[in-house]
Amino acid sequence: MPFSVNLGQQHYVFADLKTLLAKATPARSGDVLAGVAASNNQERVAAQYALADLPLRHFLNNVVIPYEDDEVTRLIIDSHNATAFMPVAHLTVGGFRDWLLSDAATTESLQALAPGLTPEMVAAVSKLMRIQDLIIVAKKCEVITRFRNTLGLANHFSTRLQPNHPTDDAAGIAASIIDGLLYASGDAVIGINPASDNTQTVARLLHLLDDFITRFDIPTQSCVLTHVTTTLELINQRAPVDLVFQSIAGTEAANSSFGVTLSILAEAQSAALSLGRGTVGNNLMYFETGQGSALSANSHHGVDQQTLETRAYAVARAFSPLLVNTVVGFIGPEYLYNGKQIIRAGLEDHFCGKLLGLPMGCDICYTNHAEADQDDMDMLLTQFAAAGGNFIMGIPGADDIMLNYQTTSFHDALYIRRLLNLPPAPEFFQWLQTSKIMDKHGALFSGSELPPRFAQALSLAGPL
Amino acid sequence: MSELKNDSWQVLRSYTSARIALGRTGVSLPTAANLQFQLDHARARDAVHLAFNTQAFIDAYTATFPNAAKPVMLVSEAENRMRYLQRPDLGRRLPEAQWQILRQSASEHKNADIAIVIADGLSSAAVQNHALPLLTLLIPRLRAENLLLAPLSIATQARVALGDDIGEALKAKLVIVLIGERPGLSSPDSLGLYLSYAPRRGIRDAERNCISNIRIGGLSYQQACDTSMYLTLAALKDGVSGVTLKDQSLLLDNQPNHAIPFLKP
Repeated sequence: MPFSVNLGQQHYVFADLKTLLAKATPARSGDVLAGVAASNNQERVAAQYALADLPLRHFLNNVVIPYEDDEVTRLIIDSHNATAFMPVAHLTVGGFRDWLLSDAATTESLQALAPGLTPEMVAAVSKLMRIQDLIIVAKKCEVITRFRNTLGLANHFSTRLQPNHPTDDAAGIAASIIDGLLYASGDAVIGINPASDNTQTVARLLHLLDDFITRFDIPTQSCVLTHVTTTLELINQRAPVDLVFQSIAGTEAANSSFGVTLSILAEAQSAALSLGRGTVGNNLMYFETGQGSALSANSHHGVDQQTLETRAYAVARAFSPLLVNTVVGFIGPEYLYNGKQIIRAGLEDHFCGKLLGLPMGCDICYTNHAEADQDDMDMLLTQFAAAGGNFIMGIPGADDIMLNYQTTSFHDALYIRRLLNLPPAPEFFQWLQTSKIMDKHGALFSGSELPPRFAQALSLAGPL
Repeated sequence: MSELKNDSWQVLRSYTSARIALGRTGVSLPTAANLQFQLDHARARDAVHLAFNTQAFIDAYTATFPNAAKPVMLVSEAENRMRYLQRPDLGRRLPEAQWQILRQSASEHKNADIAIVIADGLSSAAVQNHALPLLTLLIPRLRAENLLLAPLSIATQARVALGDDIGEALKAKLVIVLIGERPGLSSPDSLGLYLSYAPRRGIRDAERNCISNIRIGGLSYQQACDTSMYLTLAALKDGVSGVTLKDQSLLLDNQPNHAIPFLKP
């Protein structure tokens, strides 16, 4: 069904829903690369006018990728909760924006609404929003998840400790873990991206993390971010798997290029649940996403990258994850060209994920061939935390020596904690206090000696 | 007295090149660590944006291999760096006119076994620093196997797959691309080597083999040369490249030492 709108003397026609959504999207390089972006600024605003008038109900009967062709579309349509949708069922996309910003949209009403929203509705409304809209609405959402601690509580902020090493060297990884713990990082997860995908290496790293968590009695969870099928194999070998990681995307074809299907994810979730390793809850899936992944896999179906990203959240939602992380600037400037595009994408992803009921974190990051720098990361970090983001990455000095990109550092997390008074997950915060790493006000202890627990365990004799 | 907090675990730095134990002032990075980061980022940015000095490379190449054929200069369909960064598809394609010239020159000689392409990729610093030292080891080894080499191709605004266009135009059995990898903060000049058997436009990533992280402090020239010789000879023998050609030794955990020396038992 075509959509048309008149702006002044100009008449604009948009052939179908996916074209309308793509043309209404704020500018980004990946949509230009895919050939779906608005051809000029006025066409973009014309599409936004037409989109604002579209009833939300339209999305229940019109899909961007055919139901028959795509299991993500089938998941979205088949799992839609019509009762939850009722409070906004009479609204247009523009009316929905007004409602979200109004005082009628509260933490409770947004939580109740989440199962009634489809990714395309959420992506559509985000395209009509400014940065401040994305922040103030997301801040109203609260998504709490649990495994060995409680993540996502209002006015808390968590970090994934990411101790990557280019050769998966045990001592190198352990050195970064100790650095991170002493900087109060790691309540979301201690998660390694392994350089190698081989099963023996992954098993070795899982044991390394499990030994650390057990030895120091840390109320957190571990993860080695390898392919879900490798994790499944290791669960069957009774390796100590806390969380199941997988990169996911918003189309069946893109997921297939990652070697995953909904049924593989379900199998892995069920296997990990059978280990019974959670202590305060059973959210144990960890998903990563990022705008541009479907185009990168040649599986975008002519849909814009932000809508596809939001469809990936429908996949995530089906598995009650502990953590969902949009890796916003990793994929490169052909998808998000500069700091401005990265910042907006990060806040869109957070907003869309939160509205759909997901525990959203953000890998606030950039590569050296993007037009971005630390100032851009500081802006996104500050805005993401103001929007109530659940977690960020923590890495020594912002430099990932394995993946060759820059993400947020242990220091960055301390900055945001102090600026906005955001402590970590309560169980972890308690551990930091009993371990004499942090005081009850969230300040790091500043003595020149190691905290006693670490002084006992570490042998630091050697040349400085 | 300085308010700077030095971290008491600085000794752990000897176990990783990660930026650990940086110290802090308040909760923030000390000036020294902040400046070091800025410098490293500037180096990585310049590695992406500084043009590959092809003349300097050719002069050095000619001095090293005085009897080699004159290198051929090529540019992808991405005419400048900004376009290159936003349109990876253009960086993978050789303009038709250049393709025809290569094909014409190939038709005048016996078909080459190997075409070698030096490509700027995302780090001109990587090819500037490491391509010639690697060629200095690799070319004599290829010649020793009686393999016929096409004239060296030097390509700018180039992605990996541009090598497939070049190899196809040259009718080479196999193409080897030396290309600047995406620069990391601590590794702005890392070189990659990609190898495709029966190169042609549109072959999949899974049909290529890759040797990564060739740089000082990474994979040595000798290791890179040995691995690429192994892959080249295997590809020519089996008539295939890519995942089916995997080095079986890579299937084992390459870090048998699980000990963490500074953690008491």
